[in-house]
Amino acid sequence: MNLTLKVWRQSGPSDSGRMVKYRVEEVSPDMSFLEMLDVLNERLILEGDDPIAFDHDCREGICGMCGMVINGVAHGEQVATTTCQLHMRHFEDGATITIEPWRAAPFPVVKDLVVDRSAFDRIIQAGGFVSVPAGSAPDAHSLPVRKEDADSAFDAATCIGCGACVAACPNGSASLFTAAKITHLSLLPQGQPERLSRAKAMVDQMDAEGFGGCTNTGECTAVCPKGIPLDTIAQMNSDYLKANAK
Amino acid sequence: MAVTGAVMVLFLVGHMLGNLKIFISRDSFNDYATALRTLLEPLAPYRTLLTIVEVVLAVSVVLHIWAAISLSRRAHAARPVKYAAKKSQAGGYATHIMRYGGVTIVLFLVWHLLDLTFGVVNPKGPVSTPADRMIAGFDPSRWWMTLIYLVAVVMVGLHLRHGIWSAFQTLGWANRNRYKALRTGAALVSAVLVIGFLAPPLAITFGVVK
Amino acid sequence: MKYAEGSPIQDTKAPEGPIEDRWEKRKFAAKLVNPANKRKLNVIVVGTGLAGGSAAATLGELGYNVKSFCYQDTPRRAHSIAAQGGINAAKNYRGDGDSVYRLFYDTVKGGDFRSRESNVYRLAQVSVNIIDQAVAQGVPFAREYGGLLDTRSFGGAQVSRTFYARGQTGQQLLLGAYQALERQVAAGTVEMFTRHEMLDLIIDNGRARGVIVRDMVTGEIERHVADAVVLATGGYGNVFFLSTNAKGCNTTAIWRAHERGAYFANPCYTQIHPTCIPVSGEYQSKLTLMSESLRNDGRVWVPLRKGDDRLPGDIPDDERDYYLERIYPAFGNLVPRDIASRAAKNVCDEGRGVGPGGLGVYLDFRDAIGRLGRDAVEKKYGNLFEMYERITGENPYDQPMRIYPAVHYTMGGLWVDYDLQSTIPGLFVIGEANFSDHGANRLGASALMQGLADGYFVLPTTLGDYLAAGPFGEVNEEAVAEAEAKVTSRIERLLAVNGTRTPDSFHRELGRLMWDYCGMERTEESLRKALERIPELRAEFWANVKVSGANEELNQVLEKAGRVADFFDLAELMCLDALVRSESCGGHFRAESQDADGEALRDDEHFAHVSAWEHSPEGEPVLHKEPLEYDYVKMSQRSYK
Ligand SMILES: Cc1cc2nc3c(=O)[nH]c(=O)nc-3n(C[C@H](O)[C@H](O)[C@H](O)COP(=O)(O)OP(=O)(O)OC[C@H]3O[C@@H](n4cnc5c(N)ncnc54)[C@H](O)[C@@H]3O)c2cc1C
Ligand code: HEM
Ligand code: HEM
Ligand code: SF4
Ligand code: F3S
Ligand code: FES
Repeated sequence: MNLTLKVWRQSGPSDSGRMVKYRVEEVSPDMSFLEMLDVLNERLILEGDDPIAFDHDCREGICGMCGMVINGVAHGEQVATTTCQLHMRHFEDGATITIEPWRAAPFPVVKDLVVDRSAFDRIIQAGGFVSVPAGSAPDAHSLPVRKEDADSAFDAATCIGCGACVAACPNGSASLFTAAKITHLSLLPQGQPERLSRAKAMVDQMDAEGFGGCTNTGECTAVCPKGIPLDTIAQMNSDYLKANAK
Repeated sequence: MAVTGAVMVLFLVGHMLGNLKIFISRDSFNDYATALRTLLEPLAPYRTLLTIVEVVLAVSVVLHIWAAISLSRRAHAARPVKYAAKKSQAGGYATHIMRYGGVTIVLFLVWHLLDLTFGVVNPKGPVSTPADRMIAGFDPSRWWMTLIYLVAVVMVGLHLRHGIWSAFQTLGWANRNRYKALRTGAALVSAVLVIGFLAPPLAITFGVVK
Repeated sequence: MKYAEGSPIQDTKAPEGPIEDRWEKRKFAAKLVNPANKRKLNVIVVGTGLAGGSAAATLGELGYNVKSFCYQDTPRRAHSIAAQGGINAAKNYRGDGDSVYRLFYDTVKGGDFRSRESNVYRLAQVSVNIIDQAVAQGVPFAREYGGLLDTRSFGGAQVSRTFYARGQTGQQLLLGAYQALERQVAAGTVEMFTRHEMLDLIIDNGRARGVIVRDMVTGEIERHVADAVVLATGGYGNVFFLSTNAKGCNTTAIWRAHERGAYFANPCYTQIHPTCIPVSGEYQSKLTLMSESLRNDGRVWVPLRKGDDRLPGDIPDDERDYYLERIYPAFGNLVPRDIASRAAKNVCDEGRGVGPGGLGVYLDFRDAIGRLGRDAVEKKYGNLFEMYERITGENPYDQPMRIYPAVHYTMGGLWVDYDLQSTIPGLFVIGEANFSDHGANRLGASALMQGLADGYFVLPTTLGDYLAAGPFGEVNEEAVAEAEAKVTSRIERLLAVNGTRTPDSFHRELGRLMWDYCGMERTEESLRKALERIPELRAEFWANVKVSGANEELNQVLEKAGRVADFFDLAELMCLDALVRSESCGGHFRAESQDADGEALRDDEHFAHVSAWEHSPEGEPVLHKEPLEYDYVKMSQRSYK
């Protein structure tokens, strides 16, 4: 198949950036989206052009490194799929595809489609952990956990930190990401001692990073490749309000 | 946001019930308006309760709008560069309806107060009974007025269809087992409010209530 | 390629005496660092996977000044995140007869008697603490209705000792370590450097004293000095270009350390995983693993007849060859990884492979669906089936999956002693980057165990013993400048070539060559061919590679070129090691060394040793042998028939 790509090119943080058009020919429907870009990049290198910079690593949907807004949708329209797991068979021959980076002030563009997501690390630093020094843990069976709680905690814990939720949110909110971690730890007995202080610290950090506020529009969960459920945000709000009431 | 929204919702429910009294009779409606002002009277001066309600309401409206504006400003700051292409995956309905719908509601509110509370733009003028103002206001010849109310009330309904559910989420009372119930509940309450509010003006315009 | 034989080496750090007391003894003998001194001691940890992440967090917690590096944009993305199946631990929660000793025994045997008994025993002992630690951190392991941890059996073990978190065990364990690490970052004990690639090691006075790194965003070459350096940079399976490893996995860090004097042990030991999604075309950039657990219910087959291109559903049972069940009636579809992989290769070599290029075999769930019902199969494997469909566009409920072996893990790595210290004092190597513990073949669910054992429990003790003699004072400026100049000139050289081939095209060609000549089956002839061809290809690379852009920017082509350049050198050593080891063992199958049935034939008389290679800048590599002795597990030939 043959395609036209409109790709955001920006040489660095100080460049203002623009959309650039490329033709790619003889794309195989079995290619992944990133492989299609690889092919284009090989050509650009040989033509002496700057290849399109994009983040990726595992290419199997788990590391959370890849991510671009494809035709207006974070990670593309395929449901519950990261960019690296998206395949060209979902596009039509002759189509024009628009590719842009995650857009959010706390995710400044580093180059082309690569953005800086270190704000997420700082949110975790604020409290996204259980304080337990190595070697001091009690036997794993000393605290049984209800299977339902363990399962729900797991659902929240599968967040890969890709940032698609922020990219999709009309408010540029990082609520789903932050809520996923808060919920994961809130549902487990191990997370209880620091539960409220954690929620407060993480939400405050999220706000300090410049992410927008959540108005419950649900765009985030719709694009989340791991389907992090919306009730994590309710859980976060509940813990946060309780923390503030104290 | 959720708390101020909730205060307004409660007011609306009361307000709607009050408005429905017009179906019983003009006097019943006027009595209700009077009662609002004279309730608790021996204990407290005329209009005490109503004033409290008004103050709480005014504060709520202001805080609610203030919160809405600050949320919007944060959202703009969080996304300084817009997408060239953007496609909503959740319908995009909530964002538009809350922001633009909210503004529509405010404009309506100003108009509405001038009309039925202060009577400034009402044919009967300020010195008249509420029922008179209302029946005159929605006279069939003033069908456009009814239309304004219709649009506004539908906007309120849409705002609340998302708003009521959203308030539960914001207060952390929602979870995946309750989502369906909450959404249905929100839609139901909104629908009841829309119908309840629209019944009197429509009835008047179409001559059912005179 | 020639090599010289050097003096044998002996790992003397493991205490003598009964195996179960050795680690206790070593811990007790290790010198302690005065808490007030810890603040003054600087440690560099390169890599933030299970090994590096857990090590940096623990060292920070202990009070050292830690600098942590990774090439991704956040430590949470280290390749460990991709591990699916689970982590072993001798908890014996099921009471099914498991014990530290049994885990030790299985691992030594699984490693085909090419690992150290003392190390493996310690690994089994520490495995128990790992689960406690992870659970306390909030790792959401699978649980049973009673609220206790669930386990499953894995990779040939007869007991159920594998703890898991759905198909995302590596992710959940890594996030636990990542959170512990970020906690230390917040506490100020760990300074984190993301998007920083280590390009050389600084050695002063014979000790490892720091690293030269490139800031991958600005291109700035930075120097970081410390009292000790820990490498936790993962495996080098990407030398094959196509592997289940993440795209960024590389050998650069350990290779540069090797060039600075660290011995490289058993480079040829590579694990090929039997159940991966086959290559679909030339453009393919990586391979995806399908969990081994699928072999519990799926049946592996190919058409009986060569070139049978009917749809799988149209081939009647008597024209199918369920070759694993045929050749290995006792274990059937559940034979260990190396055996299943080689059998698949054999039938494909016979021309009976299926799918594009004939490189694939069927993994068929028809009978399982018939027996258990579609719902039951979906419950067990639904997410894997979905992943398969996403990638191939084929629905495995209706037609069999196609699978093929792929490079998955490298047992080889930098040589370390019982303390995990390399042959360079002050350079410690942990996780997949070292060679320890797995011998010639790693058992499923043991890599996660090793990485965390190293990082949380072993290294913090043994590194303290080394650091107790520190701080080691200022680092000689000349040593730093020399390393820095070397890095800079190499980058300049890469940028200056300005040829006509991309780094990826070289990598692809090298990978193909390695797969053909040093892959699942190696022969003297193929290895000699490879050893001839690699230097030619390397020369072409340095004469004709095209690296666009400049150093002073985010330049992914430059990053790639540097890694590929190191893969050439490593590939050569791998082939040499494979050539010298003329026996078959574990993941290393030499066609010349097989029994009458075509099974791997070990040669304990000549090869019961670790091959540790010393780099010599001009001359030929020097081979040092570390003899392996087995006092507890009796050496025997593996059989799965
Ligand atoms: C698909 C797959 C599934 C697996 N499943 C299992 C399983 O179920 N059970 C099991 O036990 N094992 C499994 N394994 C193996 C296991 O995941 C790995 O062996 C293990 O995670 C390696 O951990 P590590 O910490 O040593 O290295 P990694 O996790 O690979 O981390 C390497 C780190 O080093 C950094 N780094 C590398 N080079 C440089 C450099 N030059 N400069 C700076 N930083 C650098 C990287 O940024 C990264 O942080 C699986 C492996 C794969 C590929
Ligand atoms: C004056 C104009 C108004 C504007 C600009 C406005 C705007 C908004 C906005 C932007 C939201 C955020 C969406 C969210 O948080 O979910 C919101 C929520 C809400 N609004 Fe309004 N609104 C207005 C009037 C009203 C009125 C009159 C009512 C009730 C009668 C109301 C009830 C609510 C409720 C219940 C919510 C949900 C609160 C929450 O989720 O926290 N709003 N409004
Ligand atoms: C079509 C439906 C409506 C009708 C017929 C109606 C009618 C009236 C009347 C008659 C009054 C004057 C009462 C009095 O002075 O005692 C009034 C007051 C008011 N109405 Fe409405 N109304 C309608 C819808 C709404 C809506 C949708 C809102 C809010 C968004 C609203 C908000 C108010 C407010 C704030 C007051 C002032 C209350 C006070 O002074 O205390 N009304 N309405
Ligand atoms: S919540 Fe979903 S979209 Fe957001 S970072 Fe996590 S995985 Fe990505
Ligand atoms: S899209 Fe944004 S508004 Fe809230 S529900 Fe998700 S964070
Ligand atoms: S590259 Fe890892 S999730 Fe896409």
